[in-house]
Amino acid sequence: MAIRSEATGSLSDPMTPRIFVVERFRRELHDTFTLELTPGPGMAPIVYRPGQFNMLYAMGVGEAPISISGDPAQTGQLIHTIRSVGAVTEALGRLRSGDALGLRGPYGRPWPVEAAAGNDVLIIAGGIGLAPLRPAIYCLLAERHRYGRVALLYGARSPREILYRRQLERWRARFDIEVEVTVDRAAPEWRGSVGVVTTLLPRVQFDPDHTTVMICGPEVMMRHVARDLIQRGVAEEQIHLSMERNMKCAIGFCGHCQYGPKFICRDGPVFDFHSIGGLFGVREI
Amino acid sequence: MGSKQLERSDLGALFRELAAEGRTIVGPTVRDGAIVYDEIATDNDLPIGWIDEQSAGSYRLVRSGRDGCFDFVVGPHSWKRFLHPPQVRLWSARREGQRLAIEEAGHESPRYAFIGVRGCELEAIARQDRIFLEGEYVDATYRGNRQDSFLVAVNCGRAGGSCFCVSMGTGPRAGAGYDLALTEVIDEQRHYFLIEAGSESGRALIDRLPVREAGAVELAAASARIEATEASMGRSMETDGLRELLQARATSAQWDEIAKRCLTCANCTMVCPTCFCTTVEDVTDLTGDHAERWRSWDSCFTMDFSWIHGGSVRPSASARYRHWMTHKLSSWIDQFGTSGCVGCGRCITWCPVGIDITEEVRIMREAADREHAAEEGVQ
Repeated sequence: MAIRSEATGSLSDPMTPRIFVVERFRRELHDTFTLELTPGPGMAPIVYRPGQFNMLYAMGVGEAPISISGDPAQTGQLIHTIRSVGAVTEALGRLRSGDALGLRGPYGRPWPVEAAAGNDVLIIAGGIGLAPLRPAIYCLLAERHRYGRVALLYGARSPREILYRRQLERWRARFDIEVEVTVDRAAPEWRGSVGVVTTLLPRVQFDPDHTTVMICGPEVMMRHVARDLIQRGVAEEQIHLSMERNMKCAIGFCGHCQYGPKFICRDGPVFDFHSIGGLFGVREI
Repeated sequence: MGSKQLERSDLGALFRELAAEGRTIVGPTVRDGAIVYDEIATDNDLPIGWIDEQSAGSYRLVRSGRDGCFDFVVGPHSWKRFLHPPQVRLWSARREGQRLAIEEAGHESPRYAFIGVRGCELEAIARQDRIFLEGEYVDATYRGNRQDSFLVAVNCGRAGGSCFCVSMGTGPRAGAGYDLALTEVIDEQRHYFLIEAGSESGRALIDRLPVREAGAVELAAASARIEATEASMGRSMETDGLRELLQARATSAQWDEIAKRCLTCANCTMVCPTCFCTTVEDVTDLTGDHAERWRSWDSCFTMDFSWIHGGSVRPSASARYRHWMTHKLSSWIDQFGTSGCVGCGRCITWCPVGIDITEEVRIMREAADREHAAEEGVQ
């Protein structure tokens, strides 16, 4: 039987990228870079919410899901910070000003910056995990009066792998956001903290009953942070984390990003711990 | 309009009428020792006189000794081969200097008529419709192939050795979604089809066929044949609470037991009529300035499937089998509101080592019951 007419939506294929152009390439760390993109001729700018991601296409190589790391209020300017870990991200890293790439998006569920209003907010990031959280930080600071205490806890492997270092210094100079940075290992000239990011938790004050937490980093780091926060009395529903899995389509068709019954692309990448906590300890899920 | 009867000798008229509508007719036919789905022209291309003997890890075609057109059950192919093809060119890209242009492939979709869609397969199509047509995004290729398709269902007159559609509530009688449904009846005197319409276009087509009103005798004969099929299912699966059972048994040792047999060959996912996963690949010419993006069927049994920087998320066979079976029977319900299994039994027949999903469910249940009983005993 032919399909019902209401099942026939827009005619364009959601797998077809739009053209964007690199406005600026900026090296961040030895393996990490930032692309500032503008829409190609005739292409509309991307309107997105913090925590969402795009599929970026490097000509002839392939696509990769990359979170957006700019300020959502700055429409027309689209920023992606990318770590070179495979063929696609390495090809994206060879792009320079004026080069074109393909882009689909934005996809995924955002950080709960709206729902966090009235609460203390903890932003906890590990390594490149700071990139998907930066749009949330911009949003919090843009309407700072709507939130209680705001703290950013950031862990990097070493001092030379601290992402957005100058921006972290600027934020730390403000009186309305607490910024704590730690590294896994450091040379003697490092004056800051050494240790995993969970060691920063006892330093910040927050009201466990009225705190929203947003975490992004390696899964093992997120597991430990969530465990410590739950011990401190933060409800699982208030702990949000951004998950990563292999992803080919970002629209729920390819099946690759399944995480238990969840599709990371469509149900995530941001989840509250309550909805995925049961899966978190299971190996190879 | 009531049910009609169509003589076996008039079955060719159905093919002629569908061809006259400009349709590409796809149906079962014998090739390489199996019954596959392919383009066919007339009723003579059907696997007349063949039946398939199936069991775990085994499939053989044998002569039935009579000239039934649909006495077999389901083979290695399913209709997803045509609706959700194994390989699709999505788009092509062209680079000129710094500029890039991307052009959609824009396929011409055939107007398909599928002949011989079984109850389990109708359900499988409905479950893929749910994924590709009824979510937030619509898959353009699937929609093109599906939107004007004409489905001729066949009510099964025989159960295969791996069939368990009764357990899954999908057969042997075709449920909703067909345009025409046939029930083949062969008795001492006659060979005919009971033919029923399930849609307006089905009714319109019947009007152009040399049919007669079906009487009580024909209706009873057709029902009896379907009931006999129902009573002789090869296998069964208890589905009550299956979603929760598998969720709770993610760390069961049984997954390791299955992994001792599982070759992670991906056959089960390729033959499954609902498995929908795909991967994408870029093909470029030597200059690197022309690229094509192809999408092809993929399987959660490969290491690449779950690859993220640093390695595969599911390196062990046990985790990959768990993912497949848990998705099919449990997560699918969370994701799409129904089980992902329609009880066709293909994964059982085409598993080279004969892993039987119904048997694994049974063992899983027994282990859960034993543990439950032990806990009760402790208390």
